[in-house]
Amino acid sequence: MPRRDDLTSVLVLGSGPIVIGQACEFDYSGTQACKVLKEEGLRVVLVNSNPATIMTDLELVDATYVEPLTVEAVTRIMEREDVDAVLATLGGQTALNLAVDLHEAGVFERLGVEVLGADLEAIQTAEDRQRFKDAMGEIGLESPRSTHVHSIDGAVEAAEEYGYPVVLRPSFTLGGKGGGIAYSPDELRTMSAQSLHESPVSRILVEESVLGWKEFELEVMRDVADNCVVICSIENVDPMGVHTGDSLTVAPAMTLSDAEYQAMRTASFAVLRRIGVETGGSNVQFAVDPATGRRVVIEMNPRVSRSSALASKATGFPIAKIAAKLAIGYTLDEIPNDITRETMAAFEPSIDYVVTKVPRFAFEKFRGTDDTLTTKMKSVGEVMAIGGTFRESVNKALRSLEDGRVGFGAQPPLDVDDDTLRERLRRPTADRLRSVDEALTRGWSVDAVHDLTGIDPWFLDQFLQLIERRREVRGREHLHAIDDDLLRAAKADGFSDDHLAALLSTSAAAVRARRLDHGIRPVFKTVDTCAGEFEAHTPYHYSTYDLLDEVSPTARDSVMVLGSGPNRIGQGVEFDYCCVHAVQALGEAGYETIMVNCNPETVSTDYDTSDRLYFEPLTFEDVMEVIDREQPVGVVVAMGGQTPLKLARQLEAAGVTILGTSPDAIDAAEDRGRFGSLMADLGVSMPEGGVARSPDEARAIARQLSYPVLVRPSYVLGGRAMEIVDDDASLDAYLATAVADEDLNAEIGGALGGGGTLSILVDRFLEGAIEVDVDAVFDGTDLFVGGVLEHIEEAGVHSGDSACTLPPITLSRGTVARIGEITRGIAEGLGVRGLVNIQFATRDDAIWCIEANPRASRTVPFVSKATGVPLAKVAARVMAGETLADLRAAGLVPDLDAIRGPRPAHIAVKEAVLPFDRFPGVDALLGPEMRSTGEVMGIDTTFGAAFAKSQAGTGSMVLPSGGTVFVSVANRDKRAIVFPAKRLADLGFDLVATDGTADLLQRVGVDAAVVAKVSTGDTQLLELVADGTITLILNTPSGPGTRDDGYQIRQAAIAAGVPVITTLSGILAAIQGVESIRTDGIRVTSLQQHLARMDESPGPAAAADTADLPRAGGSTRPAVDEVGVAG
Amino acid sequence: MTDSTTPAPRAGRPALFVLEDGRSFRGRSFGADGTGFGESVFNTAMSGYQEVLTDPSYRRQVVTMTAPQVGNYGMCVADAESDRIQVSGFVVTEAARRVSSHRATSTLRDDLAAAGVVGIEGIDTRAVTVALRDGGAMRSGVSTEVLDVDELLTQVRDSPSMEGRDLTGEVTTGEAYDVDAVGEGRFNVVVVDYGVKRRMLRLLSEMGCDVRVLPASATADDVLAHQPDGVLVSNGPGDPAAVTHGQATVRGLLGEVPVFGICLGSQFLGLALGAETTKLAFGHHGINQPVQRRRDGVVEISSHNHGFAVVADTLGDPTGQPHTYATADHGRVTVSHVNLNDDCVEGLACLDVPALAVQYHPEASPGPHDSRYLFDDFAELMSTGRPPTSVAHSATASTGA
Repeated sequence: MPRRDDLTSVLVLGSGPIVIGQACEFDYSGTQACKVLKEEGLRVVLVNSNPATIMTDLELVDATYVEPLTVEAVTRIMEREDVDAVLATLGGQTALNLAVDLHEAGVFERLGVEVLGADLEAIQTAEDRQRFKDAMGEIGLESPRSTHVHSIDGAVEAAEEYGYPVVLRPSFTLGGKGGGIAYSPDELRTMSAQSLHESPVSRILVEESVLGWKEFELEVMRDVADNCVVICSIENVDPMGVHTGDSLTVAPAMTLSDAEYQAMRTASFAVLRRIGVETGGSNVQFAVDPATGRRVVIEMNPRVSRSSALASKATGFPIAKIAAKLAIGYTLDEIPNDITRETMAAFEPSIDYVVTKVPRFAFEKFRGTDDTLTTKMKSVGEVMAIGGTFRESVNKALRSLEDGRVGFGAQPPLDVDDDTLRERLRRPTADRLRSVDEALTRGWSVDAVHDLTGIDPWFLDQFLQLIERRREVRGREHLHAIDDDLLRAAKADGFSDDHLAALLSTSAAAVRARRLDHGIRPVFKTVDTCAGEFEAHTPYHYSTYDLLDEVSPTARDSVMVLGSGPNRIGQGVEFDYCCVHAVQALGEAGYETIMVNCNPETVSTDYDTSDRLYFEPLTFEDVMEVIDREQPVGVVVAMGGQTPLKLARQLEAAGVTILGTSPDAIDAAEDRGRFGSLMADLGVSMPEGGVARSPDEARAIARQLSYPVLVRPSYVLGGRAMEIVDDDASLDAYLATAVADEDLNAEIGGALGGGGTLSILVDRFLEGAIEVDVDAVFDGTDLFVGGVLEHIEEAGVHSGDSACTLPPITLSRGTVARIGEITRGIAEGLGVRGLVNIQFATRDDAIWCIEANPRASRTVPFVSKATGVPLAKVAARVMAGETLADLRAAGLVPDLDAIRGPRPAHIAVKEAVLPFDRFPGVDALLGPEMRSTGEVMGIDTTFGAAFAKSQAGTGSMVLPSGGTVFVSVANRDKRAIVFPAKRLADLGFDLVATDGTADLLQRVGVDAAVVAKVSTGDTQLLELVADGTITLILNTPSGPGTRDDGYQIRQAAIAAGVPVITTLSGILAAIQGVESIRTDGIRVTSLQQHLARMDESPGPAAAADTADLPRAGGSTRPAVDEVGVAG
Repeated sequence: MTDSTTPAPRAGRPALFVLEDGRSFRGRSFGADGTGFGESVFNTAMSGYQEVLTDPSYRRQVVTMTAPQVGNYGMCVADAESDRIQVSGFVVTEAARRVSSHRATSTLRDDLAAAGVVGIEGIDTRAVTVALRDGGAMRSGVSTEVLDVDELLTQVRDSPSMEGRDLTGEVTTGEAYDVDAVGEGRFNVVVVDYGVKRRMLRLLSEMGCDVRVLPASATADDVLAHQPDGVLVSNGPGDPAAVTHGQATVRGLLGEVPVFGICLGSQFLGLALGAETTKLAFGHHGINQPVQRRRDGVVEISSHNHGFAVVADTLGDPTGQPHTYATADHGRVTVSHVNLNDDCVEGLACLDVPALAVQYHPEASPGPHDSRYLFDDFAELMSTGRPPTSVAHSATASTGA
């Protein structure tokens, strides 16, 4: 069937910010969908609040709305754009839920808009567990026995019938949020209370436990002619009970006979048909009782999912792209398979390798929370690896994680007794493989370990084979005692050079030298959807130790871009965005582009993004093998965050040309001494501080600076283990915890003392200063400042967790000009070629430079979206040798920049999205250690409106337009809270406060009801939060500690989804946001319109910025102070 | 000449695998010691190795599985498609050491050993696949006894080629036997066994057929003597053109009784109608082949194992109706199914005599169950004497591809 001709414009719903359970896989799928719809000649309108996405790139669609994914905003967009249809199945659960909300609000009906793919009935049947279960019963498929309850007592009653444990699943939540497993009536009572709360419809499913059963997923597609195909089968190594997002998973399914697999396949089609997915991709999950083979359907997602992104990368079959074509009427037999070109999309991929996905966790950022893995997803990212066997594949995946592990069984033995080990095996955690290693190493049988873990014996035997290989290698003691056969066998089992070096007490370099001498190198094979049956045309490769090699270097000059590896806190999708832009820009500049990455969620690992894609771990060994093969003219390490940057020195030493800023300059920026002397030369202040190489030194430096001081290890990203300490005691406590932290030490190579050399930075803490971020490109002569970002929260909150605004709203022109000057000085002094991100702090007229990073930063995508200048692309071209003048001539860079240019007509606010709701018990306070998973952007003509949109975009911090505000601030903030509180009262909010704050407010004539402190034992306040009476909480903390009122209130707020603002500056911004909502509601404008307006009217300030001003900005310019708040 | 240096994952005896074109691969044996010769084919199924090994159509073939790790779920008596392992050699990347399945009754290694069939692991199966894709199906040998490449190659080149070979005598039943219908018998069906897979008999029985299985030597008169409601002409190994008795049998049955041909049986129907068969470059061996049913355009993902196919335009003169030809003696025939990958003929339906056939495996095993409706079509053919209405319809209305 050809494509429908009755559609002219389609609205694509994006997935919003990166949160746990919903990462950049939906940028990957959404980008594919947008491209397809554009190619098909449709007018494409997109809404997504997340600026760090390729899908929101201006040229991709006709109208890009970076607006909150709310019914109100999206309704306005539909009204303005007059769309015919909405595509909601490629934007994750967020888009699906939004579609349901829009449907229930009658918007689709009123505007005559069609929902493509899965209709509302289908979505609701799939999402509502009881309806789903009933539907499965109708088609003769079993589900776990279960019942819906609306109360805690109902849950307990159901559990009595099924026996403990039971599984709790709230209806309509993301990534299993709010679910869990209860082993006892007490646990059940506590957990069901929270689950009831998480469910937007206050309903939970209590279910018979299938804990320990085998878990499988099928990625299925269906077209309008009812053709159904399975794209990929996935087997979870962690059995039922662990969310599939937190499980180690493998494709294809390894332990299903054809009889079982085909029955599952037939069942999955029956599920699609019954649920009513007319076209597109879906994911169906099954549990299988290993003892009997009894199979039950667990759930289905009537949309593309994280697993479908994985399946696409695992097989080479682009599910989202095909789903978009199916949505507009094509059938599978009409769509060519790009990889073979000879065959059609109507087939089932066959793969001749093993794919392993391993989740990446961040429990170290959320101390105090239970790290048991449950049905609620907790991982923040994932890696995928491809190998000839499961063993090779899992080893490659583990070393891709960058958590210090260099492979399976590479950690030190666990010093625990057998009982403890048994307990560790029973309880699924991020670290369970280590326990599996320990048990099998102790000689426990595969069956015994299977009984404890539920992990299938086939997989356990694979691990055992790795242990046997390790023993064999270690038994030889010296590298020279290893014969070629053994070395080759170990490499084929996926042992890294690093791991072998550790086993043989030698260096990875020695292992590599030995391999190269003896010609023991990997070959590169092709991912082709068809196991070699047809010739492949899409160059998507992986390394393996085998015979057939399918890759030869290209004749053209090629450039390699190293990706950013797994998403983690501090290094997320923003860096993948920059990598993709670098690839695009270098392709446009005429280079053959080569991408190396291991994160299956990303756009960079779409085989359409680069000319050649290598799905490989980002270690020196693996990257070097690709470089040796491809012989690129240069390698880009500055776009993928710390991951590739860590390799720069080693690659350079191996003779590789690093494009852009040299590794030495990167080092100069990181090195305290070298950077400090540059600052001194430039006459720029830095927060005083020093590098401590022992605890005594740390104390001495701290005392000299006087507390509070900021402490952190060198060479980490995302403020890992960064803290503000107030006295000697807390400094000692910090050092003790950090030095003993194995994960941290592994991550930074023992720099905390594990490896001998302690390296801790101790800095003066600039209390009350405003932080400023600058992203700029320098070509050696010319500087282009992309953006000056003013943080909203004061210094002390990690820049990644802080909201910020572009252009700055309270910085004086003089300050901005001075920042421009310093930026130029640093760029010149360091020898930057490409991007540089500099963090400043300013208080009164003083400016400190906090740090400079000559690489892509987290804020590059935000700046690019807010200004329309593709900074990463510009930087990539500069790194490849072009000048800013060249690029200006080519129209890629505007004449004026953020320092010299006009003030844009719009204001963009970036807000961080924090995952506290996933980690009960962790205090929801912002601090110097970054904990956000993603970001959103609000853009409008006034600060208040932009800020309100940014809050709405987070989904969890949505500012209310009315209701009751609870105010409780630390003594130091009492004075400052008066005006905001009064303003809220004037706007019609009711105020509630504890007696101290209430007293104060009453004295200034603000009527505030008094509520007792929680610490008095009175729970009224918590109840007001829980029952939704309180719609906003303003609470600045008076001190640390989990016993105090603030902690309890914040916990209650997180559980209830009530926005809680913990900084004074945040409160002030929120007031402006609330005012804007009250007066204007939400207005929507596409990015294209915002930017066109900027081009048309240069704004009044532009007249002053004439060419005779010095290039570096305005030290000679009359200081025209702009007073603060726009709008 | 390439000599594999791929590491053997575990100790087995050294083994050698040689292709007719001179390519050789060293690995380790699992299963029996010895030497096996046969036509080399690759199979891209990721599950169903047991069904492949026991499918009589793979007689005298050396099968390379592209799936990365094989044998993981062991062997299960219920999954065998015949009473023995039929292949003459089995080539994999790695055979499982530990088997895990509640259904397993033995292991791949043990069954191969018991059957005297050489398995070789530690082979880059993609290298083999690409060689066969580019060079076409060819003779090959696998051995634990002859480890010299040139020596084994000489023996391979002396071994018989598949073309012109009738292997049905090696796999057919010696004696006729009955399989009773499950429940009440609706039809009497004769199956002519050229290497029938058990799943076909089971499906017939489950749909209410009392089945009489006759050996490959049965003539049309032998079949008709049972007065069946319909005849299933089974799959089987070898070159269809060489099995002249099979063609003759089908020719004798055409117009006398409803006929359903599968795989080799389908080629017999084509040949009986006067068409020619051709050897495909490297055949279809896998369970992910897209076949389009022309009557409504629906795509079936199907299980294939054929190296030969009917050439459409040798069926007769075009009738003017789409994909339909006038045969010399049996009226019109339409190409009812076609492979989307290479446009190869996958199904035939006679419009003037009751006969249907498909080149692939509607019984699956291994493979998707999308095509099992063809057994219902056969039932319809038996009850009405006419092909399913929609087939006839497709020949008069343009369906488009």
